Amino acid sequence: MSLRNLLLKTALLFMALNLVFAALDPLPFLGRLSLYNVLWPGRIRLPYGDNPDRAYNLSLFNLEAMFASHAVTRPKTPDEYRVLLLGDSSTWGFRLHPAETLAAQINAQNYVAPDGRRIVAYNLGYPIMSLTKDLLILSRLQAYRPDLIVWLVTLESFPYDKQLFPPLLQHNSPSLQSLITNYQLHLDPSDPQFIHESFFDKTLIGQRRALADLLRLQLYGVMWAATGIDQDIPTTFTPRAEDLSADLAFHNLQPPRLTANDLAFDILDAGAQIAGDTPLLLINEPMFVSTGKNSDIRYNAFYPRWAYDDYHALFADHAQARGWHYLDLWRALPDTEYTDSAVHYTPFGAQLLAKKVGEAIVKLAK
Amino acid sequence: MTLGGLLLFGVVAISLGLWFPQRWRVSALAAVSTLALFALQPTVPIRHWDFWLPTLTLALTVCVWAAIRPLRPEPLRISPLAVSLFIFTFFILTLPRYLGPLCCLTRSRPPDIWFVALALIAIAALAYGLTRLNASPRALWVVLLLLLALFIVWKVEPLARGISAGLRALAGQDPSLAAASELRWLGFSYVAFRLLHTVRDRMTGKLPALTLTEFITYVIFFPTLTAGPIDRADRFIKDLRQSYALSAFTARDGGQRLALGLFKKFVLADSLAFFALNGVNATQATSPLWLWILLYAYAFRLYFDFSGYTDIALGLGQWLGFKLPENFDRPYLKPNLTAFWNSWHITLAQWFRAYFFNPFTRALRNSPRELPPALIIFLTQFSTMLLIGLWHSVTWNFVIWGAWHGVGLFIHNRYLDFMRPRLPLFDSRPRLKQAAHILGVLLTFHYVTLGWVWFALPDVTLAAKTFIRLWGI
Repeated sequence: MSLRNLLLKTALLFMALNLVFAALDPLPFLGRLSLYNVLWPGRIRLPYGDNPDRAYNLSLFNLEAMFASHAVTRPKTPDEYRVLLLGDSSTWGFRLHPAETLAAQINAQNYVAPDGRRIVAYNLGYPIMSLTKDLLILSRLQAYRPDLIVWLVTLESFPYDKQLFPPLLQHNSPSLQSLITNYQLHLDPSDPQFIHESFFDKTLIGQRRALADLLRLQLYGVMWAATGIDQDIPTTFTPRAEDLSADLAFHNLQPPRLTANDLAFDILDAGAQIAGDTPLLLINEPMFVSTGKNSDIRYNAFYPRWAYDDYHALFADHAQARGWHYLDLWRALPDTEYTDSAVHYTPFGAQLLAKKVGEAIVKLAK
Repeated sequence: MTLGGLLLFGVVAISLGLWFPQRWRVSALAAVSTLALFALQPTVPIRHWDFWLPTLTLALTVCVWAAIRPLRPEPLRISPLAVSLFIFTFFILTLPRYLGPLCCLTRSRPPDIWFVALALIAIAALAYGLTRLNASPRALWVVLLLLLALFIVWKVEPLARGISAGLRALAGQDPSLAAASELRWLGFSYVAFRLLHTVRDRMTGKLPALTLTEFITYVIFFPTLTAGPIDRADRFIKDLRQSYALSAFTARDGGQRLALGLFKKFVLADSLAFFALNGVNATQATSPLWLWILLYAYAFRLYFDFSGYTDIALGLGQWLGFKLPENFDRPYLKPNLTAFWNSWHITLAQWFRAYFFNPFTRALRNSPRELPPALIIFLTQFSTMLLIGLWHSVTWNFVIWGAWHGVGLFIHNRYLDFMRPRLPLFDSRPRLKQAAHILGVLLTFHYVTLGWVWFALPDVTLAAKTFIRLWGI
């Protein structure tokens, strides 16, 4: 074989491989292949990490891979009452070790359903404040046979301008677009923020980062199993702000009133529809209330008082009108139990919250 | 080295093999190797030192050549072509300062061209001065000792930190921030050993006559810059001088070796790196079993990384017409520690054997005070392994690692002595022989792997704690 033929054949083979890969689009299938729950234990929260080398965890966009790495994919045992927890970074457990998160603290209470089944909570929170993100995760939960879905939310997840910005959503545009269309959400299915992959993006070269992420997720599994670490938690942090700015605006909304149309209640409605026969418990999650400078006009760095008060009332009315199971826990924790943000709590805070949520779960399990 | 950089090297190697006329081959290799020396140099936080360190490598190379240049049958003269090429390459390297970034020739903005010109004049003057010494034995000893001193200074942490502080002060940077680790001198361990080898061989008359361009090519041959192997000049020069054109057969063979190396390095080693033992995860592992898994991962990661780089160097070398020496021969499958050291970093072990172990053994055997053979074996093996440890870095961890292997080799030597009369027993019982072989492989692998604890971890206390934790204590 001449050198020219050798190089030509190599180039052709490489090109063919890329074309076949683009045509088959095997990433969702590859995402489902996981060593978690087989060789090493499933993760107790969805993969997310800003500092992979220290957290043995990473952020990726392949939802199949994210779920396949989670302990929730373990088969459900007959004596298990399965509770799936949805929410933002506070539910996911920012600055909390795996055993300190809300789901883990509920499990530590060893609650038993009235029919004798063990109540087992699974953490399906993800550190982004967006109801659409929750809806995307919720749309996949039926596969894991939940007995109850607990959805923890706060006002920051409601504004429409928060719904499509997270990269996780932008990279899962087909799933999200079909949710928008099917449930007639007040969002634009052709929003320019959605990422549409070209044919080249789907080739082996175009998907090299996504493939590397899949491999890295599996490899970090060894360290997750060896150390039980899935988050880099620095010992020092800047505490949530006590003194606040005199800003009255909330996102692009101005006082004096917040209306139901300003907030994405339609996404909650869609979530309730998707949950179907599975009971859904909606929780207005706890938040820090400042007593510092400008605390007369703001509750905390997130919320001006007028906006939160209106949301609070609107949410309660909406839940009551639809007959939802609704738990208002906005002042459930002492203000000393918040860490670096008005919604991130301490391990003890998580324990206190777990008791309240656990009791509500037991009531609903009747 | 990044995958992109290696692919670029591949393209360069093929181009040189295919299109460069024979008479330009050595010059082209010297020029490409010089450019690679600068391009591969890691970033150094001290201003301009990612430029000056490769320059220093070249300066050392030129000066050593000047000191050892052959005088018979007539003094080898410096070719004007070599000098022009040298100056032109430097000119190219300083261009990014004036033209903006030229791809990846230098890590940071090069120094002013006048400083570079001054440096070149200084190198030329020094080299000229060294040629006047006419390679006298005393001058060669001085060069040898200076090289050794520089090597030691660079490897001893407090001394390297002192140099770093001095360089920072010179560059107008804060000396209190100096750290030994910031003086990352690309391939210096290999370059220094090649230079030491040529000086020593010149003393014993074994070194062939090399032109300056040939000598530069030998010392900084770009495929072997980052991770060896440490080739011998007499062997290298035969390949360099042979007539060569890249054939399909060589392209395929070299390509296979290169692909194997890329797979070992970028797939296996880099994957194992995710959970290989290190200073952080050694304290985080929740059980001794996991600690063993991390240690095994480190052992294989080290092997695949290093042997992967060697395969890459050998593959690129093949494309350029060189049959570089092998550095690994399935070391973890060897039944004893002696066989392991004949198959792990072979060229380094051979270097120490040739320039330290053999002369030291001869010296002890010929010493007026008769020493017991076992003591001679212990002293020579122990000190050789200690030096191999220190070659990596002068820290207590590497002293312990070297001692671990020195003791292991001595124990194996004594065991072999004990077993020699009993070996025929095994010949008549093949199954027993096979079982002993398997046991030997497992024992050797685990002995070597336990030694890596000292190699992998940054300080003695942590390494000792980890070593103890491995046994569940």
